Amino acid sequence: MTQDRLTVPATATTPTSGGDPAVRVAGVDKVFTGRRGQVEALHQVDLVVDPGEFVSLIGPSGCGKSTLLRLVADLDSPTAGTIEVFGKSARRARLDQDYGIAFQSAGLLPWRSVADNVELPLRLHGADGATRRGRVAELLEMVGLSEFAGSFPDQLSGGMQQRVAIARSLAENPRLLLMDEPFGALDEMTRERMQSELVRITSETGAAVVFVTHSIPEAVFLSHRVVVMTPRPGRITGEVDVRLGDQRDEDLREDERFFAAVTAVREALHGRPTPASGAHGRDLR
Amino acid sequence: MRGTAVRVGAPLLLGVLALAGWEVLVRGAALPAYLLPPPTEILGQIRAIWDGLVDATRATGTNALVGLVVGALLAVVTAAVAARVTWLDQMVAPLVAAAAVVPIVALAPVLSNMFGATSETPRRVIVALVVFVPVFLNTLRGLRQVSPVHRDLMRSYAATPWQVTRTVTLPGAVPFIFTGLNIASSLAVISAVVAEYFGGLQNGLGSRIASAAAQSGYARAWAYVAASIALGLLFYGFTLLLERAATRRHTG
Ligand SMILES: Nc1ncnc2c1ncn2[C@@H]1O[C@H](COP(=O)(O)OP(=O)(O)OP(=O)(O)O)[C@@H](O)[C@H]1O
Ligand SMILES: [Mg+2]
Repeated sequence: MTQDRLTVPATATTPTSGGDPAVRVAGVDKVFTGRRGQVEALHQVDLVVDPGEFVSLIGPSGCGKSTLLRLVADLDSPTAGTIEVFGKSARRARLDQDYGIAFQSAGLLPWRSVADNVELPLRLHGADGATRRGRVAELLEMVGLSEFAGSFPDQLSGGMQQRVAIARSLAENPRLLLMDEPFGALDEMTRERMQSELVRITSETGAAVVFVTHSIPEAVFLSHRVVVMTPRPGRITGEVDVRLGDQRDEDLREDERFFAAVTAVREALHGRPTPASGAHGRDLR
Repeated sequence: MRGTAVRVGAPLLLGVLALAGWEVLVRGAALPAYLLPPPTEILGQIRAIWDGLVDATRATGTNALVGLVVGALLAVVTAAVAARVTWLDQMVAPLVAAAAVVPIVALAPVLSNMFGATSETPRRVIVALVVFVPVFLNTLRGLRQVSPVHRDLMRSYAATPWQVTRTVTLPGAVPFIFTGLNIASSLAVISAVVAEYFGGLQNGLGSRIASAAAQSGYARAWAYVAASIALGLLFYGFTLLLERAATRRHTG
C-alpha cells in the first residue's frame, strides 16, 4: 500500500487499429439445464467491443454478467449465437492466450506464494526464469504488494488477494482483459486508487476491457461505454456512452459531466427515460 | 510453554498411573503370568533381551517401511492416473473397495509359498497391499476436490492436462494424501507384525511374539509387544512430522 503509481511495462502492446473488434457477441442465448428445469441466463445478447475500448457491464445480481464473461473467455459455450474474439472463435482466442482474466473470487492457489501465483501464467507458457522474475517484480510493484512477494494467500486480506489476482491477469500483457467485479472486495480508497491505475494501464497498453461491476460510479469512471443488463432472462437493455475523455483523474470524480453520466446510467438501470444530458443514453428495448 | 508441558505431561502422567495400577493389580491379585505379567517383569525382560529386541524391531520396521513407501507411491500414482482416465477409475475403484474389506494379512501363507519361506518379500508385499487401500482412496478423493475457479483458471491458460495435474490437482490433494498416510503408517506396522504370525523367517517382532508365547515366555512376549507399540508410534509420529513439513509452507 505504499505504491501510488503504476509502472507500465516497456513491453506493452500498442492499441490495435482497425480490423476486427476485440469482442463480437451476436445473437447469443445461454440456457442452463439443471435438476429444477431450465434457466435462461442470456437471451439474444449482442455486443461489440472495439480494440482498446473499455466497456462495463452493469445490472442486478443474476442478470448474466458473469455468464456473458465466461462465454467470451470460452469457459462455457453459448446455447445459440456466435462469439468472436479478435475475429477468431472464442476457443481459438483462448488457446492463443488473447485475453487475461480476473474472477469474481480471487482464485489464487493457496499453496503457492504471492510471487508464484503471479508468475503462474508465465511459467505455464514457458517463459524463462529471468523474464518471469523481472515481470513479477514489475507487476507486484504495480499493485503495491512488493513486500508480500513471499507471503502466502491466506496471509493476505481479501482485497490484497484480489490485487494479486489482478496482477496475474496482467502478466502476459493481454490485448483483452476480462474482469468480473475485481474491486468488489476492496475498501473505497483502495478501490478508487485501483480504478485510476486500471485506467492508466489500459490506456497505455491499449487493452480492451470487459468489466463487470455493481457500482455505477465505478462503471462511469472507468468506461468508454456502460452496458446495462436486466435479469429473467438476462439481456442487454440499455447503453450509455460515457465519453469523459482519456484524461481521467481524481478531479473527474467531482465533475459535472461525471454526475450527469452517473445519472444517465442510473436511469438506464431503472428503466426510466434518460433526459438530455452530457452522456448519451440509449434504451435498447 | 505451559501448554506444551500440559500437553506432554498429562498423558505421560496418565500412562505412569496406569502402569502403577497394573502392577498393583497383578501383584495384589496374584494373577498367573500367562494371564498378565506385571510391568516390572516386562521391563526386566526388555533389558535382558535388548539386543535381540532391537534386531527384531529393525527387521520388522524395515519391512513396514519398504511396504509403506512402495504401497503409498503406487497408490498416489494409480490415483493420479485414475482421476484422469475414467475407464481405469471404473476398473480399479471396485477392486480397491473389495480390497478394503479383504483381510489382506490372510494372504501371508499363500505369498510365503510363492516367494519362499526365507524371503522378506511376502511380508513387504502384504504391507504394500494393506497401505495401498487407504492412500489410494484418500488421494482419489483429494484429486476430485479441485475448486471450480481453479479449473476455470487453468482452462483460461489453455493448460495441458499434465500441467493441471501438477499445478492444481496434486497440490490440492496433499492434505488428503497425508490423511491416507496417517492411517497407512499404523496399518503398515500392524500388518508387518501380524504377517509374521504365518511362518516364514523367524527374525521379526511378530515371529518372536508367537514363539515366546508358544514357549510360555509370557513376559518376553510382552516385551516384543511393547517394541511393536513403540515401532507403531515411531511410524505415526514420523508421518505427522512429514505432514507438518509439507504443509508448513503455506500456513506460517
Ligand atoms: N452453472 C450454472 N448452472 C445453472 N445455472 C447457472 C449457472 N451459472 C449461472 N446460472 C444462472 O444464470 C443466471 C445468471 O448468473 P450469473 O452468474 O451470470 O449472474 P451475474 O449477473 O454474474 O450475478 P452477480 O452479479 O450476482 O454475480 C442466474 O440465474 C444463475 O442462477
Ligand atoms: Mg457474477
